[in-house]
This record gives sequence, structure tokens and C-alpha cells, in this order.
Amino acid sequence: MADSARPVALINARVMDPSRNLDEAGSVFVADGKILAAGPQASTDTPPEGAEVIDVKGAVVAPGLVDMCVSVGEPGAEHRETLASASEAAAAGGVTTIVTLPETNPVIDDPALVDFLLRRARDTALVNVRPMAALTKGLKGEEMSEIGLLGEAGAVAFTNGHRSIASSRTMRRLLTYARDFGALVIHHTEDPELAANGVMNEGLNASWKGLSGSPREAEFIMLERDLRLVALTRGRYHAQMISCSDSAEAIRQAKRAGLDVTAAVSINHLTLNENDIGPYRTFFKMAPPLREEDDRQAMIGSLADGTIDIVVSNHDPQDVETKRHPFAEAEDGAIGLETLLAAGLRLVHSEDVPLLKLLAAMTCNPARRLGIDAGTLRPGAPADITVFDPDRPWILDETKIRSKSKNTPFEDARFSGHVLMTIVAGRTVYNYA
Amino acid sequence: MSANQTSRGGGPHPAFPHRHLLGIEGLQPQEILGLLDRAEEAIEVSRQVEKKKAVLRGRTQINLFFEASTRTQSSFEIAGKRLGADVMNMSVSSSSVKKGETLIDTAATLNAMHPDILVVRHHAAGAVELLANKIDCSVINAGDGPHEHPTQALLDALTMRRHKGKIARLVVAICGDILHSRVARSNIILLNALGARVKVIAPSTLLPAGIEKMGVEVHSSMKEGLRDADIVMMLRLQRERMAGSFVPSVREYFRYWGLDREKLSYAKPDALVMHPGPMNRGVEIDPEIADGPQSLIREQVEMGVAVRMAALEALAEHLPNK
Repeated sequence: MADSARPVALINARVMDPSRNLDEAGSVFVADGKILAAGPQASTDTPPEGAEVIDVKGAVVAPGLVDMCVSVGEPGAEHRETLASASEAAAAGGVTTIVTLPETNPVIDDPALVDFLLRRARDTALVNVRPMAALTKGLKGEEMSEIGLLGEAGAVAFTNGHRSIASSRTMRRLLTYARDFGALVIHHTEDPELAANGVMNEGLNASWKGLSGSPREAEFIMLERDLRLVALTRGRYHAQMISCSDSAEAIRQAKRAGLDVTAAVSINHLTLNENDIGPYRTFFKMAPPLREEDDRQAMIGSLADGTIDIVVSNHDPQDVETKRHPFAEAEDGAIGLETLLAAGLRLVHSEDVPLLKLLAAMTCNPARRLGIDAGTLRPGAPADITVFDPDRPWILDETKIRSKSKNTPFEDARFSGHVLMTIVAGRTVYNYA
Repeated sequence: MSANQTSRGGGPHPAFPHRHLLGIEGLQPQEILGLLDRAEEAIEVSRQVEKKKAVLRGRTQINLFFEASTRTQSSFEIAGKRLGADVMNMSVSSSSVKKGETLIDTAATLNAMHPDILVVRHHAAGAVELLANKIDCSVINAGDGPHEHPTQALLDALTMRRHKGKIARLVVAICGDILHSRVARSNIILLNALGARVKVIAPSTLLPAGIEKMGVEVHSSMKEGLRDADIVMMLRLQRERMAGSFVPSVREYFRYWGLDREKLSYAKPDALVMHPGPMNRGVEIDPEIADGPQSLIREQVEMGVAVRMAALEALAEHLPNK
């Protein structure tokens, strides 16, 4: 722990702090696990005494990423991913806070389990772990979970994982009850009736492949229902992941109406479309399903115009036993912690989304929505930092993936932009040497 | 509020102008206070060795309970008997209703037996009024669904007045399942009529729509809601509502809305605690508080008999004498 005690000075940096709309040449000083100074003025100051001075040679120094939608196999499926392995992957991807889904075995629907996760994370994880708790007991969508007690135990938000709550009455009561605690309700919207057993986006592509489709309507009809209930209850709501233009439009209107609503999109839906499934590649099977190119473009546009607030990896480790099946029988899910930033930079290089905007959606926006002290380089904040070269080219080598599961949709993909260093609470947890 | 809020001495009471007691709604403040004054005298009667009065001698009182209730039914039974009435208890849930008889059929059947006073509890809001319209005798509502329970509100008011001297300007916090509570509705109407300041405290899932327009301050946190409270009135939470439908669990409910020593400390130091019973100790109230020095819960039961005697006596004045 001697490392964490030693101050650090990152000099010759392009300091990007979206929480303060800052993008300037400067330095970042760290001491006692906190940001001491970050920005152009820091360059003229002298580094803290005894600091390790690191010349980052023009690389970007930004807040560590906050990934608001991460599945970890612990507890219950440690062979797919542990908090330790997920945190290594996160560190390599510049992610300093992972917000975990409660869809484990057992489901995180009891305060004692939140406590367990926090202790395991403290003992084994390289990065910050902030658990979300189940919105309903056992994620069954019927009985509300102990939102008050779970929140006190440390749950930062409440979600039903990848399972939607079909009952409008239950959803209404959840939003109403959660409001008394100021708790954030996060919902994955895919009407199970309408989606039927769809395994990919409904349309010509699915039809030619002979796969059953899940229509876009399954997503936005339930989202529209939720937004009506938010208007009724005045609850706090976050759309866990949207994937089509109509969903974005619904969010846009809800925000215009002054509702306390935010939305996220997964990196996959910003960078991939249903054509990538190709010859039934199961690593591209995910929920929500990859959509057509028009919807991907709409997601990018909605991120750029601020309708979509947050970008997540939807990291979901699956292994051979769950993925090496015919497409329709394989599990949903793709890993994404290590490639989140690199894949996001594609949108910057294509000039669709400014870098500061992309970083905001991966740092201060999720942190603010969850009310956690992260995602900023403001002096006094925890020193969670990522240093990256936005242009360094590289190719993803499957054998070097740190996640225990290798189900990446970016196998052999070419990226421009690599993380050079990741710091959590002042301690270096990743160094690309 | 021109009516004298403190209790007056004995002597003849102003006539009660209604044939039925179906709710607090529609009663004038003076009428409410008149009933409380009558009840004061009934307390005296009940505390004597000789507890019998002759007001209802020769009269027939039927307690018609479509919903089981030990405490309210026995309270009405004792009240009637102390006034000299012949009291008959009918638990309908177990008899004719199951054979398909409608409420109106039941009314007609009872009417033929010439009762003088009918005390009715029913699980459906409005059922008691419906019955009152179809029957010749006086009717007292002993609770109709989540609508009204007038004698409960009266006994609560009597208990409060005896301890605090008056109702006007008292701060009364009603806590718990407001949504399903007839006790809350009757109390809100009565307390507003007599000039009290009423606060309701509950998880928002247990508040009825439009509650903020019912003349109350609405809170979901006990800490804010109990501030300045003179009276803390706890409501019963039905077991089936605690398992994830309206609140997640008993332990969570108790943690945030159960009245314990800490939460009671947010109220005034001399605040008094009430509960219409039956209590769920460890759900809405800590046993330490329920049985503690600030609790009026046992006294409420005594006041219940007195208030029911007062109501029966007031209605008896309307009964035909020939």
C-alpha cells in the first residue's frame, strides 16, 4: 500500500474532465488517494512533495470510466467471471467503477448479499464495485424488494436485470415506493409477451435466417408504458438500455415534459448492427438484440444530442457451455469492459460524437445519476483516473482478454485508441508498458 | 369554531338531529361535541357498580357483522346492554350470505323482525348506507370497507379531549395504511371539523390518490411527519399487504414506519400514542411503546364502550314511542 500513499503528478497531459467541461493541456496531481489539482493551472504549480512525476506525453488524462451495467459471475458462476477477473478487465479498459447487476445466483435481493458483495469487492477487486440490487424479489417481477434496507446496505440503484416487469401495477408501486427513498428505478424494457421467443431483431434478416424475431415495439411499448407511470408517480427512472429510434424519441419527449428520466445505450448498439451476426455468431446474441443500421445511427444521434445520457458495456461473461449452441439456444450476452473505451472512440474518429461528450456519458453522467462520488477530476474527488492515447492502433487478441470468459463481439477488431494507465484511489491498477 | 370544545357538565343534551349514524361526514361540530359530552356521562355509568340504564329498555338491537370483529362487536354489545336493550349478534359471513342471499334480502328479513337499532359492519364501502335506506330502524355504521368507522373516530376524539383538554389546534399524526383505512378517513373528517391539524405519514404506496386535498399534510418520512405531533395515531397493517405488494417486508416496514422509541422522540415530549387495534406488535408499533407510559391504547377500548352508549342513546331519541 506504499504506492497509494505516494503522491503522483501526471504532466504534459491533455486534461479532459467532462464534469467541468474541461479540455485543456495541463497536469493532474494526486495525493492521499484524492485529486489535488487537475487542469492548466496545475502545470504552473509545483507537484506535491515526494510525487512520482509521470510524463504522459500528450495523452488524455480523464476521470476513470463508470460502467453502469456490468454482469459478474460472482456469486454463483465464478467460472465465468469473478469480481477479481472483472476488475482486471475493467482496469485494462480504463473503467474504475463497475456497477453490477443483481442477476446472480443467489439474486442480490437481500441486504446481507449487498454487504457480501461489497466485502468481496473490497478484498478482491482492483476497481470500485457498486452493486445494484434487485427491484423485485428473486427478479420475478412480482413482489417489491426491500428498497430501503438494500439502499442502506449500499445498493446504488434498483434493477430487474435483463428481465422486464410485465405487471404495470407492480411497476407503478415500485416507482411510487422507490420515490419515498429517492431510489433510482432502472428497467430493461422488452415486453416478454410481444418479444415472444425472439432471438434477434425482427425483420428481413431474421426471416432469411429462419430465426424468430423480437420486434422493436417490444422495447418501446413497454418503455412508453413506464414513462407514463413515471409521469403518474413522479418517480426516478432510468432506461437500462435502449436500442431503437422510437425509444429515443420517447425519452426525448419525457425529458421535455420535465420527468426525472435518463437513458443508456450499450456500446454494442452504437458500434454494431444485426448484420454483424453473420453466420449465426452467438457472441452477437444479446438483449436487447442488435438492430438495423438505421437504429444504430439513431442511437449515435441521440447520444450526440444528449437524449441518451449514458453509455454502458453491458459486460456479460458467457462461456462455451452457454454460447456454443445453435444461435436460438445460446445465451444472450457479450463481454465489453476491456473494449468499452476503444470501441467508443470509433464514434469520435468518425466525427459523430465529440470526445468530451463520449467521456461524459461514461464518467460524470452515470456517477451523477447514481449519486456516487466518481467520474470527475474535481479537486477532492477520489483519484480514479484513466490515461489513454486516443489514436494508438491495436488489434484485439482473444488470447490476451483478461475476462475469464472470451465472448467478445470484437474478436480481431481493429481499434484506434488504447488505455495506457488506470488509477483507482491514487493507486495504479493498470499500466500498459 | 364557536362550539365549546371542553366537556360540559351533565344535564339534558341537545337533540341529535339524525336518525342514523352512518359516518362523521355530515355531522356538525356541535353534534360531534354533543356526542362526546354524552359519552363523558356514559363513562361514569360504566365505572359504577350498577352499570344499567333504562334508555333502551324493551328495545331490540341487532349487531349485524358481515366481517368478523371481536372488539367492535363486543363493545357495541356491552354498550347496548348497559342501556337496557336486548342485544342480538348476527355473524352473517357464516350464514345466509354464503347461501346467496343479497344484502337487500337480508335487510328485508331483518326488517320483519322489528329491530329498533341495527349496528352494521360490512366489507364493502357504502353497504351500510344501502342497508339503512331499505330498513325502518336506526342504523349505526360499525365500519364499511375503507370508507368510514364513525364510532372509532368519536372514541379517538374522546380519548384525546380527555387528555389534552380540547381537539382544536392539536397536531395529530395518523401513520400507516391510510389507503385501506376507514379509521383514517373518519378521523380526518372529524379532526378537521374540530379544528385540529392533521398529518398523515405512510409509504406512498399506502396513500390514497388525492390525499393532499383531504385537508391533511402528507409525509412519507416519520421524522418529518411526527414533528410537533401531540397525538401519534398508528394504524394496523394487514399481513397480506406486507409481503411485497404494498411494502416489501415486515422488517422494512418496521424499520421506516414502525413506531419505536427513536421515532416517537421526533414528536412532542408529551405526545400520546393511540392505535385502533388490534395491534401488530413489531410491525407498526414496538411493544415497548404500545405498553409504555405514553400509550392510550387500553383507554381507547374503555372510551369505545362510552362512545357507543352515547351514540345508541342519541339515536334512541328518534325511536317511535308508541
